[in-house]
Amino acid sequence: MIRVVTYLPLAVAAILAVVFFWALSGERDPSRIPSPFIDKPAPVLDLAALDGGPRLTRAGFAGRVSILNVFASWCLPCLVEHPYLMALAKDGKAQIFGLNYKDKPDDAKAWLAKHGNPYARIGVDRQGRAGIEWGVYGVPETFLIGPDGRIRYKVVGPITNDHLKELRRMIADLAK
Amino acid sequence: MIVEAGHFALILAFVFASIQIMVPLIGARRNDSVLMDAGRMAAIGQFAFILAAFLSLMHAFIVSDFSVSAVAANSHSAKPLLYKISGVWGNHEGSMVLWVLILALFGGAVAGLGNNLPPTLRARVLSVQGMIGAGFLAFILLTSNPFFRVHPAPADGSGLNPILQDPGLAFHPPFLYLGYVGFSIAFSFAIAALIEGRVDAAWARWVRPWTLAAWCALTLGIALGSWWAYYELGWGGFWFWDPVENASFMPWLAGTALLHSAIVVEKRGALKSWTILLAILTFLLSLMGTFLVRSGVLTSVHAFANDPERGLFILGLLLIATVGGLGLYAIRAPALKTGGLFAPISREGALVLNNLLLGTACATVLIGTLYPLVLDALGGGKVSVGVPYFTLTFVPLMVPLLIALGIGPLLAWKRGDLPGVLSRLRAAAIVTGIACLATILLNDGPAFAVLGVTLAVWLIMGALTELAERVRLFRGPLSASLSRLAHLPRAAIAMTIAHTAMGIVVLGITGSAAWQTERILIMSQGDTTEVAGYALTLEKVARVPGPNYTAERATLRVAAGGRPIATLYPEKRRFTNPPQVTTEAAIRTTLLADLYAVLGDRQEPAAGGQGKMGWAVRIYHNPLVPWIWIGAVIMVLGGLVSLTDRRHRVGAPSRAPVPRRPRTA
Repeated sequence: MIRVVTYLPLAVAAILAVVFFWALSGERDPSRIPSPFIDKPAPVLDLAALDGGPRLTRAGFAGRVSILNVFASWCLPCLVEHPYLMALAKDGKAQIFGLNYKDKPDDAKAWLAKHGNPYARIGVDRQGRAGIEWGVYGVPETFLIGPDGRIRYKVVGPITNDHLKELRRMIADLAK
Repeated sequence: MIVEAGHFALILAFVFASIQIMVPLIGARRNDSVLMDAGRMAAIGQFAFILAAFLSLMHAFIVSDFSVSAVAANSHSAKPLLYKISGVWGNHEGSMVLWVLILALFGGAVAGLGNNLPPTLRARVLSVQGMIGAGFLAFILLTSNPFFRVHPAPADGSGLNPILQDPGLAFHPPFLYLGYVGFSIAFSFAIAALIEGRVDAAWARWVRPWTLAAWCALTLGIALGSWWAYYELGWGGFWFWDPVENASFMPWLAGTALLHSAIVVEKRGALKSWTILLAILTFLLSLMGTFLVRSGVLTSVHAFANDPERGLFILGLLLIATVGGLGLYAIRAPALKTGGLFAPISREGALVLNNLLLGTACATVLIGTLYPLVLDALGGGKVSVGVPYFTLTFVPLMVPLLIALGIGPLLAWKRGDLPGVLSRLRAAAIVTGIACLATILLNDGPAFAVLGVTLAVWLIMGALTELAERVRLFRGPLSASLSRLAHLPRAAIAMTIAHTAMGIVVLGITGSAAWQTERILIMSQGDTTEVAGYALTLEKVARVPGPNYTAERATLRVAAGGRPIATLYPEKRRFTNPPQVTTEAAIRTTLLADLYAVLGDRQEPAAGGQGKMGWAVRIYHNPLVPWIWIGAVIMVLGGLVSLTDRRHRVGAPSRAPVPRRPRTA
């Protein structure tokens, strides 16, 4: 009995070694996280608008290529990706919606006034409830939604140059 | 030139390490004292050459020799001297040199100071230590050469990440490595004991001071790191269950278990096989931490510049150490003679419970840290394990541990008298009950605060009762008790100190988790806000130049009950090399609570004149938080007191006359 038990630590270590080896090899990138939402219809969305206008709902996605960007005025990476959203807004190929995540509306307004507003409409999600529906676990996150209302692409973290290229390519594809 | 000499010294150190592997091992086999002593010389030589390499690298950082790639990538000529020096270990290559330096320091210390060790055991310990050293020196020389030159040399370096430019963090890595790497000695002793096939009280007595020293350093290193996170990151928290934090916490848990089980081996000759396993696992966990941090298999805020080749190399080293260590254990451990029997209710039993709970706690942290990786490997998708998991699994394990901690030290060896012990704990129980009631009445936070305070008070009272029992306090004249106290073994006093300190830490964690007040607001000049009875007025925000940054510094006047009591100066520092903004929280501590202020971004009034001009300010009131670090420091003091115990200085009593040591050394 004792004999077998003493081999147990080695066995556990062997299993971990296999996992570690797998983790090192191949294309695995721990910061790339696929979304279970890809190619699925967009989850429920019904938020009061930041400027008091019509509510932000899924119906707004219908018929056009849309981008939903999760942002907050307290989030520094949001400021980093902000010029890219401004560029996408300038392209005018997709309508950009904002999801103002766990933020104070006044802070968000001040932030947009200072840095520019790329969003056609902004939903206010003060408690982060919509964020849960959408599987958001960090700000910023960006979803690309096709005219059929299905999510096609997702960026976790700030948009980079590579993401911008990919977004532009996919927007052009989806618009066809 | 000095740089090339450093590189050459590192190669020579590798040669010495290789000698250190083979020669003493053969010497121990043949019982040849000349060969065994050659191992000691090799260990000291290895240390000397690594020290030379380390100093030459430090020289390159101090004189800002940007032709060295590690210096160019991590230093800058305008950096204060302290951070030029700490920059040596603020990067992957340099920190690995510090790693092997500390490894060699411990090896050299065994060679130089271990005169009371049996020569064959010492030779084998040094040989294992040489294997670890050679492995990591090869790793540095082949994959992470710190002396690599770049041509042409850049005009200036790219600088050290500003959030690392901090006195707390300057000393965090050295202490952490002293702890991590110090456990290598416990590992080497365990392997040597398995080779010799003998584990006895003397073995435990030799292992314990080394483990204790490593444990003290690791405790201090972790405490420094969490203190740094608390005041530098500006989130008001001190522990985030980040994979890298966990990587340092797992060896700490295993090492704490090892400290306790080694006592059972020493006093009662029981738990031998388990203690050997713990000694091996503690160091393997340290190695695994190194692997996780440097290979990039997990995402973390601490991740070094990653490189799969390096990850593969460390994985190879980890594999050799694991297969060697645990394989030898699997083959040899059944042959270890088990010692004294004991009843479940006894000091041994309490220490077994301690080990079970600490071991399980360590396993839950391991599972939480590696679960995302394992699930991903099995094709189960990507998940992240967060704070709620650790709160749900780790904390419940601490509850029985803390309850038992109050009782265990009072139990007798071999067969304890639980009813008797509980009756002696009556006073402690009454005090704990009063504390519990008081917390229930005064508590305006969550219910778990009551549990936390009760457990902490119970633990402290239990520890003090044990000491009072030992010196027979109140059962005779006070002078008699004091003279008993003076004659107590240092280890006994150390235990009381360390256990009391643990209670203080628990109080600190409870207080900060339950009663923290947080206030985030935009303040204009002259605004006043109230947090936990303090009135804070923003007097001004001014631009202040620093040595290699410019800061926006807010002046916050703090008043309590209408009387001014303090001024806080939270800062936002803008560094130029590399360009980055850091927050410097301003903390006013009363030792009972911290008032903690962070200066955020400047807010412009929105278009149309809505909103106001001002600065985002975050203010926290953190009751009892300082106790976490005060407790940690006291705990380390306890460890140091235990290190001065007489039995570590005079060595183990031996039945046979001590063989004369050859004079050649």
